This record gives sequence, C-alpha cells and structure tokens, in this order.
Amino acid sequence: MNANRSVVGKNLRKLDGFKLVTGRPAFTDDIHIPGLLYGKILPSPHAHARIKRIDTRKAKELRGVHAVLTYKDVPRVPHTTAGQSWPEPSPYDTYLLDSKMRFVGDRVAAVAAESRAIAEEALRLIEVEYEILPSILEIEQAMADGAPVIHDEPDSTGIHDAQTNLAGYILREIGNVEDGFRESDLVVEREFRTQRQQHCPLEPHITISWLDSDDRLVIRSSTQVPYHTRRQVAMILQISVQRVHVVKPRIGGGFGGKQEMLLEDICGALVLATRRPVKIEYTREEEFYMARSRHPQILNIKMGVKRDGTLMANKMTVLATTGAYGSHANTVQGNTGSKVLPLYRTPNMRFECHVVYTNTPVAGAFRGYGCPQGFFAQESVIDEIAQELGMDPVELRKKNMIRLGDIDDLSAQLGEGRKGLPRHVRSCGLPECLERGAAAIEWAVKRQTLPQTTGHLRRGVGVACSMQGSGIAGVDWASALLKLNEDGSFNLQVGAADLGTGADTVLGQIAAETLGVTLDKMIVCSGDTDFTPFDVGAYASSTTIISGGAVKKASEKVRDHLLRIASKMLDIPVDNLTCRDNQVVTKCECEKSVSMEDLAHYAMYKEKVQVMENASHWNTDSPPPFCAQFAEVEVDTETGQIRVVHLVTAVDLGVAINPMQAEGQSEGAVAQSLGYALTEEMVLDASGRVINPSFLDYKMLSAKDMPKLTTILVETEEPLGPYGAKSVSEIPINAPAPAVANAIYHAIGVRFRRLPIRPEDVLPALREKELPSPQRS
Amino acid sequence: MKTMQVCLNVNGESKEWSIAPGDLLLDVLRREGYFGVKRGCEAGECGSCTVLVNGKPINSCLMFAAQAEGREVLTIEGVEQGGKLDPLQEAFLEYGAVQCGYCTPGMILSAKALLVKHPDPTEAEVRDALAGNFCRCTGYLKPVEAVLAAARIYRQVGPSGARPRAKHRSALHGKKR
Repeated sequence: MNANRSVVGKNLRKLDGFKLVTGRPAFTDDIHIPGLLYGKILPSPHAHARIKRIDTRKAKELRGVHAVLTYKDVPRVPHTTAGQSWPEPSPYDTYLLDSKMRFVGDRVAAVAAESRAIAEEALRLIEVEYEILPSILEIEQAMADGAPVIHDEPDSTGIHDAQTNLAGYILREIGNVEDGFRESDLVVEREFRTQRQQHCPLEPHITISWLDSDDRLVIRSSTQVPYHTRRQVAMILQISVQRVHVVKPRIGGGFGGKQEMLLEDICGALVLATRRPVKIEYTREEEFYMARSRHPQILNIKMGVKRDGTLMANKMTVLATTGAYGSHANTVQGNTGSKVLPLYRTPNMRFECHVVYTNTPVAGAFRGYGCPQGFFAQESVIDEIAQELGMDPVELRKKNMIRLGDIDDLSAQLGEGRKGLPRHVRSCGLPECLERGAAAIEWAVKRQTLPQTTGHLRRGVGVACSMQGSGIAGVDWASALLKLNEDGSFNLQVGAADLGTGADTVLGQIAAETLGVTLDKMIVCSGDTDFTPFDVGAYASSTTIISGGAVKKASEKVRDHLLRIASKMLDIPVDNLTCRDNQVVTKCECEKSVSMEDLAHYAMYKEKVQVMENASHWNTDSPPPFCAQFAEVEVDTETGQIRVVHLVTAVDLGVAINPMQAEGQSEGAVAQSLGYALTEEMVLDASGRVINPSFLDYKMLSAKDMPKLTTILVETEEPLGPYGAKSVSEIPINAPAPAVANAIYHAIGVRFRRLPIRPEDVLPALREKELPSPQRS
Repeated sequence: MKTMQVCLNVNGESKEWSIAPGDLLLDVLRREGYFGVKRGCEAGECGSCTVLVNGKPINSCLMFAAQAEGREVLTIEGVEQGGKLDPLQEAFLEYGAVQCGYCTPGMILSAKALLVKHPDPTEAEVRDALAGNFCRCTGYLKPVEAVLAAARIYRQVGPSGARPRAKHRSALHGKKR
C-alpha cells in the first residue's frame, strides 16, 4: 500500500525456500542419530473398554526391545493435549497412559525397540484382556439417559458435567431472540450437519527425543507449539521445565493438527525409561486414528428478518462432539459462535452449544477453528432468506454486514474459555471484497443467465462471506530477539513456529523493512525453546500480527541503537539520520552515510557493544480479516457429480506483507475447504473404527481436481497490525463450502445441509425433486 | 537379517549397498542420506517419496531397493547441477510454489520427468503429471504456474540450467508478473 516500502509488500522468495527445493535435510526425521530406538504405540482395538489384565513379559523378553510401558509404569497426571496458553481452557481429562480406553486408537502401551519391525513385533506380544464397555458413537446418544459415562475417573478436572458426557457448555445471548423473532416478517429455521475432516499434513506427526550431555530432555518435534509443549511435557513427566528443550525444525504442514502435544510426552517417557534416543512417528493410518480431526457438529440455525431484509434475530444451537477427549472442546465451539454470528449486525443473538464426549477419534484445532461449521450453516440460511425475500444474496449480505467502527460484544462474551474483550472493527474491506469478487465471477450476468442447461449439465453460482480473528485478544503474546552481526547481517530469533506458512519470511520482511536492510541480511531462527524467546506458537492466525508486532518493536529498538552509533561515527544528530539500503544515511541531501557493515564493525570492535534487543507484544483486540467467496459449479444430473468450475476468493487481510505468500495461503485453504465441501470425511464403522484411513479412501483434491482459482487481496490498513497487517491463514477456509452449496442450489434448486455433498446425495435429491432432465423425462 | 548387494546409479554416482531383500527403496535412500525423499504414506498414494528411475517417476515406497539393481535413480539432491538450481527449482521459488516444502521434491521430480520428454505441455498436461503428488498447502495453482514457467526455460536452454540466473529470472516471467 505504501510505495515507500522496499521489503514489506514485496513478493520475495521464501527465506527457507532454497533448502526446501533442493531437499536439504531440514525436517524432524532428516537426521541420523546413533543408537536411535524406534517407538511404537499399541492402539486400543475397542471404542470403550477397561484393561483387566495386561502382560508385557513376552514383549520385554523379545531381543531388541528396550522398554514396554503401560499405565502401571508412568506418572498419572491429568492434562490436556491442546497446545494453548496456561491455564488451558480445555479440560484436564487425558493421561500419558491409562487403564481405560475411550476410542479405537487410544493408547494401551508403548514400546521402544531397536527397529520398527521389532517394535511392531513387540506390540503383538503384549497380552491384554479387556472388559468391553458399552460405547457411544453417535453424537445424539451422548447425553441420553443411561448413556455410559466416558470420563468416570475421579481425577479429571475442568469437565462441564462428566456424568452426562458433557465436556463443555456455552450459552450467550445479546438482546432477546424471541422478541426478535416476533418482530420479524420471515423466520427460517434449519438443521445442518458437518463431518469429521482430517488435517492430512503430508508430514505425519513425528518426534525424536534424547538426553543431551547435561541429561536434559531434547525434543525435536513437528509441532506448532514448542513452548506449550515444553510446559506440558515437563508437567506430565514430572520433570522441571528447565530440563526440557524443544526444537522445531521445518514442519511439513500442520493446519492446527500440530497445535497439540501429541507424541512428545510418550516419546519423552520412553527416553527416560531407556536413556536412549527414541523416535516415534505416526504412519498415515495412525494419523487418521490417533491424531486429531475437525469437530463434527449438528447446528440448528433460526434467523428472523424484516421484509426489507433487516436481520432481527439470529439463534444458533450447536451439538458438537470432541471425541474421547476434550482437546480444544470449549474454544473451537466458542469460536463457532463468536466469529460467525457477529458477521451480521443483529440486535438479538443467541448462541448455545453442548460439546459432548463420544467414543470416537479425538477432535482438536483445525484451521478455521469452529468457523467452517458455523459459516456453512449461517451462510446457507442467509442464502435461503434472500431466495424467500426475492433479494440478491449479495445485496442481503451488504445490507446486514458488520461495518467499520462497529463494536461486537458477542466476542467479548465468548472469549478464549473465559470472558474475552470486545471486538472493534478498525479496518473493514468486506464491501470491496463483495464487489470485486462478484465482478470476477461475473455475478450479475450469471445470476441472470444461469442456471443454464447443457444436456444433463447444470451450472449455478453462489456466494458466502466470513470473518476470522488475528490472534487471541488479551491471551496470545510473542517476543523477538534481534542481534546485529559484524558484517551487518542480523539474527532474528523468534519463538514463532513457521510450519510451512512462510512465517520466517514474513517476520524477516518486517524486521528488514524496519531496519532499512534487504531481506537477505536476515538469518531467522524460529521455535527453539533454548535459543528463541517465548511465543505461544502458530495458531489463531496470530503469527503475522502478534509475533510480527514483537519483531517490529524489537527492530525499532535496534534501529534506534544503530542510529545512535552512526550519529557518533558521522557526527550528525540522530534526528537527521535514517536506515535505508543497508546503510545509515542522512535524511537531508548532505550525502553522508555509513554502511551497515562498517557500522557493525565499529560497534563491535570500537564501541565494544553487542547491538541486541528483545521486545514482547500482545494485543487487546483481535482484528478480524474479512472474506467473500464465490463459486461456480456444474452439476451432472445423470451421475450427481458436482464439479466446481471457478472459485473466487476476495480477502481483506489488512496489508499483505508478502502478497505472493498470502495468495498461496488462501489457495491452500480453498483446496482444503473444497475437500470439506465435496469429498473429505472420516467414516467410522459400528465399532468406532475409521474405515478409510488412507489417501486412497479419504479423498483430498489433487492438482487435476482443482477448479480455476482467482484470489483477490483486498488490502486495508489495520491500526493494530505491524505495517497494517491482519491475517490470512485461516479465513479463506470458511466460506468455500457454503458458496458451493449455494451455487448447487442455484444450479439445481436443491439445498444440501450435510457435508460433504456427495453424488450419492445429489441423485436421490434430484429424483425427489423430479427435475425434468432430457434423458429421463 | 540376510543381506544382499545392490548396484545402482544414484544422481550420476555408482553405488553398491548392502540391503535386506525386503528393504524399500525409500528406506534405503533415506538411510544413505538422501533425505529429500520424503515419507508421507508408505502406500503409493501421496507422491512425497517420488524419485525418477530411468527417467520415470515412481513412488519409492512401492519399490524394493533390490529392484533398482542396475538402474539410474534421480532424487531431488541430484536435480541441482554444478551448484545451479534447475529451472524448475528456480520457478518453484519465484512463483511461491513452496509452502511447507514436504511435497516439493516429489512434485519437482514428477514435473521434471514431464518436461524432459515434453517441454511444451498444456496446463492440463501439467496437472495430469502432478496428479500423483498430493500437496495440502498450496492448492496447486502456484506449482502449476511454476512448472509452466520452467517449461519456457526448458524449451529455450534445455533442462541443464546452463544460463546465468539473472537471465533465467527474466525468462521465468515471460507470461506472468
């Protein structure tokens, strides 16, 4: 936005790009460690069972086995695996190893052996006798009278009501929705269902751990939350935080699935038991069983409007399951309310949510964090209301949408598991998103000319909007340490966890811009609890705004110090100096300058001072990015096949620090959401087992499946963000699914309220509608 | 474990390795330090472990190391020539086609197999060539753009990447930006 900027706003190459395109060893597993043992976890074959007897003797006797651990061998410390700031708002209902199994895939035992084959053989030799308990697989059964109690252990804490399997409960109301419905001319109430989606990072979860020469536990792990992991592992293994060193190398994608302390505790326990280095990695199958997934929800939405389209009341009632453990249970569902309902100004809003335990794979954080479910429901109902009122869906949204200067109180009520802070809209590009997105998909023309019938093919267009946050207000914080080297380069040390998002590059750009140097002067080290200062980690769309805020502050302090030194060297007052083009120069035209390299050399060998500054940063608000997404789809009325032809994303992300990377974030989010809309679902059988734990049977979109994508960055200037930035990593995942559902309605006149929308759902619906098709009628 | 010898050529170098008959090519390559070969699913579904065997992209998790006897294997480590990046590698950087980078080696190798044979592909042909390489980060748009951009260089100077980098960079932008 600002033409004077030389680094921020530029499409610069990723700082870590070279090592990634050349395949240099950079990921957790790209290391050979002498004496490394292979760790493996025995998963529960039952959805709900108690271990009556467990005999590990034969496994222990197997040659090459160094440890077999069961619940009898480890400390029993209630905790959550959710990687959140202390005190975590998720219930402490999980144990390193337990005598009770709560889902197919729960931990029975763990082994460490000299090879993977021996470890797998050892698992087969563990004898377990189970008392099989009645289980709950269906979300609606969890709170039924007489339902088995999943968490009947006395030592768990933070569960809303364990006796009714209620992990969490939320109720918030602004105004009075019943009054709002009475004042409405039209009330629409609908039910929606969303499925279990898996993150599918190409790199499965992996942890390698060892004791260093000071007997400290080093944990090299594919994690989004190095600092939370350090705290949690220390607590669970009952060792001091001081004794734990977490290292985050390059990460092969996380998408929220690695905002979780998932393998580090058990891997550390095996290291302490064997005093040998141990690696545990999930296979792809285990990733589906034993990692995390998006919370399935049943959403009831009731909205009331005046005849002119003015929204009077919005009531959302959610029944969600967190699976067997309550990781992120309250906060994901809280987000479903706090980020979805306030998108539209409504005097009366009510959000109620029950989050229940079931004996199913554990849900957790997943990009969007409760918003994709909520926006699928809300944006579908808004579309339906527009249809009923005879209004253009874009116009209805424009009429009611949140605006610049608005203060949203629902978000204050639905804080991160506790009372939060009100959301002020200080920047808002949503009107422009709608206008530019509509132009890109040729909305006005296509709403008129479509649905078009070409033989058995029908086309339609749909729209949906969303918002998100940028960091968690009052909770997320980060710090940065910036150090000058004698050649004028800088070490930027950040706790922030680049998990493939490009965060190192973006943070480097913020520092380079502030210091007036080129990006190649930055050596960025991220996510190491010994060598980088604290950061909550990579989640909640926080890194650019919160970690970036810390980087900017630290850079400003370093810049001030550089100017003071240059002032001495050049004998020019500080006020007349500025940093530019890798040097300190005079602001006026007297053309005196000193290169950063000479300045650094002077500082180190004449002044004998290490120029180095640290800064911390947090925000009292979470500036929302906004997004409008448009889909054009083609439905085959003979096969039920849905083909997305074009997907347009117009996103207000504040200022784009690196537009190319921002586009990439958006495009990747869209691909995940189109999978959510059409193909991706973890399917459980009657015993609670995932029946499609592979990429063959769990269908992600490939390069061939993707539609034409158009990404429009709508830049606004956010006062709370570094250089005006907000966030972009999560928001574009929210609205493609409802945009597709709305486009399908436009094409064939059928509304689908369950995801994914599959050909086998489309065909019967078409038959029911008796859509005249040239072949069939 | 019974061992056997396998002789093969990896990235232009002759190798003779002791392996077990059941060892997968993926595991042997990683054991020998070719860490650019990534483990993603071990079932031939994700493409992260793609290498070229006699010029053809294969999932190294589905091939026994013993089957590589007498063959030429190209991993990502061998794509860079004389310290110079391949036009595909340059293009992946220039077009923002790399996010987490875990699928990147496999994707570049699949693309290389295509461009060596067919340096003037259509977008559909590029998407076809990349269909066996899942990427969860990018949505594929930038990787496809990068392959099409690299194809222009392949057509001009061949796959060796012999031209100076500055010229490459301007040639990369023949169509876009």
